[in-house]
Amino acid sequence: MDVILLQLLNGLDKGGAYALIALGLTLIFGTLGVVNFAHGALFMLGAFCAVTFNKLLSLEVVTTDPTKTTAWGSPLEIRTPYVEAYLGDFGSWMLNYSVPMSILLAVPVMLLIGFVMERGLIKHFYKRPHADQILVTFGLAIVLQEIIKAIYGANPIPQSAPELVRGAADIGSIFGFDPGVIVYPYWRMVYLGFAGVVIAAVFAFLRFTTFGMVVRAGMADRDTVGLLGINIERRFTVVFAIAAVVAGLAGVMYTPILPPDYHMGMDFLVLSFVVVVVGGMGSLPGAVAAGFLLGILQSFASMNEVKAILPGIDQIIIYLVAVVILLVRPRGLFGRKGVMEN
Amino acid sequence: MTTKTSPMRDMIFFFVFAVAVLTMPVWLAPIGAGYPDLLQKFAIYGLFATGFNLLFGLTGYLSFGHAAFLGVGSYSAVWAFKLLGMNPLPAAIMAVITSGLFALAIGYISLRRSGIYFSILTLAFAQMSYNLAYSVLTPITNGETGLRVLRSDPRLFDSSSAVDGPLIANLFGIEMTGYAGFYFCAVVLLIAFFIAQRIFRSPFGIMLRAVKTNQNRMNYTGLNPRPYTLAAFVISGMYAGLAGALLCITDPLAGAERMQWTASGEVVLMTILGGAGTLLGPIFGAALIKYFENIFSAFNEQTLHEIFGFLPDFLEGPVVSVTGLFVGEGWHLTLGVLFMLIVIFLPGGLMEGFSRIGRLFKRSSGKSGPGSATAPAE
Amino acid sequence: MEILKVSGVNKAFGGLKALNNVNLAVEEGTVHAIIGPNGAGKSTLLNCFVGRLIPDTGTVMFGDTSLIGLKAHKINQAGVSRVFQTPEIFSDLTLLENVMIPTMAKRDGEFALHAFKRLDRDAEIHDKAMHMLEDVGLAEKKDIVAASLSRGDKRRLELAMCLVQDPKLLLLDEPTAGMSRADTNNTIDLLKRIGDRGITKVVIEHDMHVVFSLADKVSVLAQGTVICEGKPQEIKGDPRVQEAYLGGAHL
Repeated sequence: MDVILLQLLNGLDKGGAYALIALGLTLIFGTLGVVNFAHGALFMLGAFCAVTFNKLLSLEVVTTDPTKTTAWGSPLEIRTPYVEAYLGDFGSWMLNYSVPMSILLAVPVMLLIGFVMERGLIKHFYKRPHADQILVTFGLAIVLQEIIKAIYGANPIPQSAPELVRGAADIGSIFGFDPGVIVYPYWRMVYLGFAGVVIAAVFAFLRFTTFGMVVRAGMADRDTVGLLGINIERRFTVVFAIAAVVAGLAGVMYTPILPPDYHMGMDFLVLSFVVVVVGGMGSLPGAVAAGFLLGILQSFASMNEVKAILPGIDQIIIYLVAVVILLVRPRGLFGRKGVMEN
Repeated sequence: MTTKTSPMRDMIFFFVFAVAVLTMPVWLAPIGAGYPDLLQKFAIYGLFATGFNLLFGLTGYLSFGHAAFLGVGSYSAVWAFKLLGMNPLPAAIMAVITSGLFALAIGYISLRRSGIYFSILTLAFAQMSYNLAYSVLTPITNGETGLRVLRSDPRLFDSSSAVDGPLIANLFGIEMTGYAGFYFCAVVLLIAFFIAQRIFRSPFGIMLRAVKTNQNRMNYTGLNPRPYTLAAFVISGMYAGLAGALLCITDPLAGAERMQWTASGEVVLMTILGGAGTLLGPIFGAALIKYFENIFSAFNEQTLHEIFGFLPDFLEGPVVSVTGLFVGEGWHLTLGVLFMLIVIFLPGGLMEGFSRIGRLFKRSSGKSGPGSATAPAE
Repeated sequence: MEILKVSGVNKAFGGLKALNNVNLAVEEGTVHAIIGPNGAGKSTLLNCFVGRLIPDTGTVMFGDTSLIGLKAHKINQAGVSRVFQTPEIFSDLTLLENVMIPTMAKRDGEFALHAFKRLDRDAEIHDKAMHMLEDVGLAEKKDIVAASLSRGDKRRLELAMCLVQDPKLLLLDEPTAGMSRADTNNTIDLLKRIGDRGITKVVIEHDMHVVFSLADKVSVLAQGTVICEGKPQEIKGDPRVQEAYLGGAHL
């Protein structure tokens, strides 16, 4: 029982990331009709917004303290980050909270990237075959990740969560299990809550605003909405930018869990696509549900007890589920018929 | 041109192609590509892309998991070496058979769906194979280290002299390295190209193109598209397996990274770059990518400074650092940019570019005909 | 002799009853028109003949074979060809290739792995296809890609692709929809000419002019049921038809 609960929790945060990426992917599918293979790269760019923000904050001033000397007799150099030097305690506070604070940087940056991508590239591919869309966004994904690699190098750059939430909670003891059995890092809880808030925000936006209504109508029947004289193209840009921000934020907050490197986007992309397919192309609730479902399944499959029965299952579970779903329920869990068939 | 095919024209075309391939060491030498390791790669990846094109170019089914067959071919070849001996022929045959069977199984399932779902299914299968090759299948694949031939392997049919000889594939005494290796690959490529040419011209080939254009009409014409696509998928998988075997024949080591989806992406790229659906395009694309990979990734800051040395200093610095992004480690950036440019501006690949230029010349010399409405050139 | 016999066919989509106990018999060698107002279920009925839809109840017999549950390509192999409302052709291929494909399908069956034979050496297929193109007057365009044809020519090409298979039964879904009067007349002439081959035809049509110049027998479909059947002249005067079809106005 305790093991199952632990795995459930472990699956949730990964599921949250899948759900957020898949949500954006589905939004883009549903409204723009575009298969965006560069969506993982947006997730990765978000993560590197956090890295950049942290780097900016950690730029240092060098002062010398003439009263102290090093062992070699030269004056002691003291390196302090600028923000601490100028802003004092508030500066240290900022450094401590650099990951959540980089959301402030990520939102405008991702909006801009989304806007430029849609206007500059995606727009021209609405009428092209899906194969072309896949190929051009695949190319873009390579370009983006190589640029990041050229700037930040190939190694993962660990980011730390704020001190307050750095430890782990002994959740098990709350539920009456022995202490130390179910330990869950605070940050993962934060991530889970964050994912929930973002998902809720996106759904609320689509549900309660006029803009969202048009987008939903567009997802249901694009031609008719076009006939109503609504300029759907202009809204496409906004939808794409929103999807980019969602993916970016998912990336920002994931950095303390997984140190970002340039190819993290590709790794997540493949899985997110599987998530979208399992959820059903063009279904937003499907994307979210499938995201969490697959995250949890993956976490269960990596239990030793399961691996003992089915060796290697943890490596393939997600793909296996995708294959089975596609064959027995071709439109995914929540999908409508005939979406993206040709 | 498709409509004006004739056996004669195809014979001449094949002959010219064969001569061009076999003389590559000579005419590629001036551009620095005339050495066997690179030439082997041209032939092997040309073969891989030709096979991929039989599926994607003709039927329009975009497989994102073709590297799995390359990997299966490689592993089978090394196992053939280990069990039967270092002769490349059984290795190649075994690779073709296993990858064909593998493709039959994956294709049978994946082809139940079309469009992007098919792409995702093939991708899922390839990722599964890759992950399994790294983990539980280690007894067969030797995991991260990669599978290689050991002295202790049985190698049943190797003669006593070969048993003590170097662990390199050899065809009746000729070691498959250097130019001998290249010529072996080249001959295999030529055979495969000949078959591909025949498929393009055959009733089967035209049925595959019918699959791409209108499956609905095909059904109402009394044709069952499924076995056609499955046959194309299996043939294409066999080509990939054969290419995988050749990789091991020239260097008897098989690793799981060959099956990764980036490798699948690479073959898509080669085919698109050269021109999907054309005979020559994919081979051309494969050679071009392997050539530039070789040239560009060898560049470093030093060579760039030499190249741009003629520039005034204040220009040289920035120019070198910008171009530096695209070469050496950054070669993939060039690849990505190139890929995007091709898809955006030249969806038919370089072959379409050539035929556009060709038409331009024809028009300027006043011989323009109704050619623009006929089938795309090959 | 009846070549196609439809009895008691029902088909509902959700709550909507598209076909309600349809009975129909098509005599061999005749042209049978199915007319009716929009939404009467004409296309639904046709889709039940070719395997695109499976009726909820009822039987569709083609000679001695039941067509229900049969795949589209099997139905074609049995001898039923279909012309669509919007021409379904192989638009990336040339006209000659377009016609050669059905010719091969007729000769070689639903699947044949002729991967090593040269198509351009297959004189039988080539000549048969060329003859057909000549018959419909498209011979000089044989090397043109089908996508670049005019709508009327695409229709003719599709017809050629069906005729080259010598079907026993040809289904035509509004063969003159969206055509000019001149093109319509050409099509009627063409259809009359191929009538000489003794192919049974079922035509769905809006255009009364076409119906009355072609059909031997007319069935009127309204709200999913056959309300009236007979020779064109009889149908013309039937008050039930005028009621259903035109809301009382005279034809």
